[in-house]
Amino acid sequence: MNSIIKILYINWPLQILILVTALFGFLMLYSVSGGNWEPWTKPQINRFSISFLLVFLMSVISISSWRKISPFSYILGLALLIAVYFFGDTGMGAKRWLDLKVIRLQPSEAFKISLVMTLAYYYHKLPLSKVSHPFYVLLPLLLILIPAIIVFRQPDLGTALVIVMIGIFVMFIAGVHFGYFLFGGISFFALLFILFQSRGTEWQLLKDYHFRRIDTFLNPTADPLGSGYHITQSKIALGSGGLFGRGYMQGSQSQLNFLPEKHTDFIFTTLAEEFGFFGTIGLLIIYSLIVIFCIFSALATTDRYSRLLITGLCMTFFTYFSINIAMVMGLLPVVGIPLPLVSYGGSSMIVIMLSFGLIQSAHVHKNNRF
Amino acid sequence: MSKFKESTLKTKLVTRVNRRIILAGVLKAGAVALLGWNIRKLQIEDSEDYKLLADANRVNLRLIPPSRGLIFDRFGAPIALNEQNYKVVFIREQAADPATVLKKLARIIDLEQKRQDKILRDMKKRSPFIPITVAENLTWNDFARISVNLPNLPGIIPEVGLTRHYKEFESYAHIVGYVGPISDKDLASEKPVDPVLQIPKFQIGKVGVEKKLEKSLRGTAGVSRVEVNATGRVMRELNRTQGKSGENIHLTLESNLQKFASERLKGMSASSVLIDIASGDILSLVSTPSYNPNNFVLGISQSNWNALLNDERKPLLNKATSGAYPPGSTFKMIVAAAALELGLIGLNDKVFCPGFYELGSRKFHCWLKGGHGKLTLQEAIQKSCDVYFYELARKVGIKKIGDMARILGLGQSYNLPLTGLSKGFVPTKKWKKERFGTSWLVGDTLNVGIGQGFSLATPLQLAVMTARLASGKNVTPNLIRSPNKDLEEPKDLSIRKSTLVSIRKGMFDVLNDKDGTAYKSRSTNKKFSIAGKTGTSQVRRITKEEREEGVIKNEDLPWKMRDHALFTCFAPYKNPKYALSVVVEHGGSGSKVAAPIARDIILFQLYGGIPPATAYPEKQQIEVGNKLSDIARKINLRTNVSSDI
Repeated sequence: MNSIIKILYINWPLQILILVTALFGFLMLYSVSGGNWEPWTKPQINRFSISFLLVFLMSVISISSWRKISPFSYILGLALLIAVYFFGDTGMGAKRWLDLKVIRLQPSEAFKISLVMTLAYYYHKLPLSKVSHPFYVLLPLLLILIPAIIVFRQPDLGTALVIVMIGIFVMFIAGVHFGYFLFGGISFFALLFILFQSRGTEWQLLKDYHFRRIDTFLNPTADPLGSGYHITQSKIALGSGGLFGRGYMQGSQSQLNFLPEKHTDFIFTTLAEEFGFFGTIGLLIIYSLIVIFCIFSALATTDRYSRLLITGLCMTFFTYFSINIAMVMGLLPVVGIPLPLVSYGGSSMIVIMLSFGLIQSAHVHKNNRF
Repeated sequence: MSKFKESTLKTKLVTRVNRRIILAGVLKAGAVALLGWNIRKLQIEDSEDYKLLADANRVNLRLIPPSRGLIFDRFGAPIALNEQNYKVVFIREQAADPATVLKKLARIIDLEQKRQDKILRDMKKRSPFIPITVAENLTWNDFARISVNLPNLPGIIPEVGLTRHYKEFESYAHIVGYVGPISDKDLASEKPVDPVLQIPKFQIGKVGVEKKLEKSLRGTAGVSRVEVNATGRVMRELNRTQGKSGENIHLTLESNLQKFASERLKGMSASSVLIDIASGDILSLVSTPSYNPNNFVLGISQSNWNALLNDERKPLLNKATSGAYPPGSTFKMIVAAAALELGLIGLNDKVFCPGFYELGSRKFHCWLKGGHGKLTLQEAIQKSCDVYFYELARKVGIKKIGDMARILGLGQSYNLPLTGLSKGFVPTKKWKKERFGTSWLVGDTLNVGIGQGFSLATPLQLAVMTARLASGKNVTPNLIRSPNKDLEEPKDLSIRKSTLVSIRKGMFDVLNDKDGTAYKSRSTNKKFSIAGKTGTSQVRRITKEEREEGVIKNEDLPWKMRDHALFTCFAPYKNPKYALSVVVEHGGSGSKVAAPIARDIILFQLYGGIPPATAYPEKQQIEVGNKLSDIARKINLRTNVSSDI
């Protein structure tokens, strides 16, 4: 009984926006498979339906229970990362996937949630006077860097950077003194500068092939048959959409197979080609609304854990869609990050829906209503 | 007071957190605005340009496959070459309607409907700029007819492609291997995918050097950017990124010797390895029977493949490096070296051989029924007495025997660009316990002591062992010649010089003392005298009853049951230059079968060509002379090789 009442208190606008975004996704998957339910649309609908119910289920569980399991989620997440290092499946030249028989999981994705939960827990427990104490700044930094280094070794530089970004973001929100970030930022850029200055000199700090790897990461067009080709085709698809698009299921680029990964990472280009500027801006607005509702939700909560949790998870969601859109437009290197709730794929869908489940739980239980 | 402080701190932090959440929100809004601005630029401002690009797909990419690196022998004689091949490829990006184009093409050349469907399916799976091979090995007439009709065939491109061709394939097949069309399985295991591999039927190395050095032989593809009009016709080339052809490879092998050795071993199921002792270069590595790798290049037919697979003499197997045999008596040098190093036996100590060795209730027999009588180590090697080495092996023990075997190169694989390298096997007590669950017995040591039982060695390892014994250096074999690399002087082995000298003396007597097991296979040229060791390894067990009734003669047994014949040698004795091993599967006795072959091969190398009859004992000269001139007629020797007599 209590649970049903609880459901009434969830953040309904947020829940509806999630549903709308997913519907957008089904529409696009139906189009890229040439007007077929198979092979992508149907499984995606099934997955979404189940995880949508999961969000309701998670929201009625009290936020203090979630808080209590936070440190364990970190240990579990780290264990999975180590497991993938030893037993993972290799795909696209990197070990990222763990086959758990039921689902194929990408632990580095799931770890983003564990990290946010754990950092929120850490600052919840930490006496306020110690937030900016150097030792208590170093500790969460280690919590962030250890998994980031494991992910970097997979090798998956993109995800490792996102993990660091999200972690630092939570520390920033938690109120760590601004000086640390200023200092960190300056020394980071100084280090980068020195690294690149050392190139070609006799005191070179990295091996030559490290530099070459950085080069292709930063400038994919140097590889005209690989990612450079993708970006060119992707930009043609985006640009040719124009103001109103070519019409649903009429995109020549996507329908003629010029686009790579058109059902996963590059699905935004199909949307852009077929629905034009209105479609793309429309989706961007929906995403922004989701972020805005999360921020309001965060400001409305009173306990520290919920507040950090919501902002951190909201940031995770934000990195997904902003990096993906920047990537298909050629503003960022191709790093293999899906368009949340729209791209085909189970692993990212589950990660995103789990984080919404947590956000809803925090929302329902704000002000210790229950 | 502290409570008051705590609460102000709290208010301060809460405002700070709120402030930062809002600040982050503003930053996010900025990022979204930036994305929106970029979308606006792409979709509104530059939209017309992109629409044009999308409609015409004006700029197309074309992949130019690299030419594969060539493979040469030691002196630059070609082994693997690329030959011209007229073919027609199809690039989907350049054709509006591929199916119609193929129909038109079918009117010019023979192109079945089934093949057309396959081509269309291949295209769907691959990136649009990948050239799909439509037809290969065309006649000049067909090729010319297509070229004339090109304006009606958008997307079709006539090309002169390159196809692998192997010369002297009989003697090189097992080393060089072959290329074949890439399979979906090959493609799936390649990460990250080299774009040229997407070309259907692209030839990649499947076996041997071709496979192991695939990366450097393949090279990198070039890319040509071409401008095409709305119907897909190429208007002009915009720019071209030059690819890099594959690197050429020089093997250490010597073609004349290689051809001679394979002709000499023809008709047998055999192998031989000849190593240059100073450098470790493998000058010849032969395995017979051989096969024709050219049959694999365009894909082998099922019946040919089955015939090769089912042949009991295993033509596909490189017996010299993949075949592991009980080393037989060639293993006795290892036991002798171990015993001398441990000081367990003096050079003048004698052991009595009554023809058998008793261990408890078991009898271990010597190959000579009546026994050898009393003999020293040198005589034991020379006459290959089994009883002597039973006694010695028991004294040394399996551990020290194994250690010496490993020092001399057994039980390990070398860093050679060959597929299916066998490590051979050096048994240990621990291994037997794990494998069979029973403890190691002294009898097992005795068997290993004469090269029977559990130990296994490849012909390559036997040659390395001999090279190491002959030089006292840690000779390691190599197959690729790299002129730039500094020749690293191999390190000295941890074996005393006196030990090596005694063993070499024994090996010298094997061929040059009239009681030696291979006296008949000696060289009479004193400058080129050979030292070696025979070996005959049993494939089957001789039972007690059989021994009493009289052992069945080897020739009367079915081929598969006959003994392996082995011989390993080095020459010249005074100044060892080359080490050689010969193994003839089910050939019979090492002294009768393997030793004469080994003499011919090593003399060929020493003389730098067909050896003169004067190098052979007088009684054999006519027979040998006939045989050698017969071989000389069959193989076409290159004449520019200088001989250093």
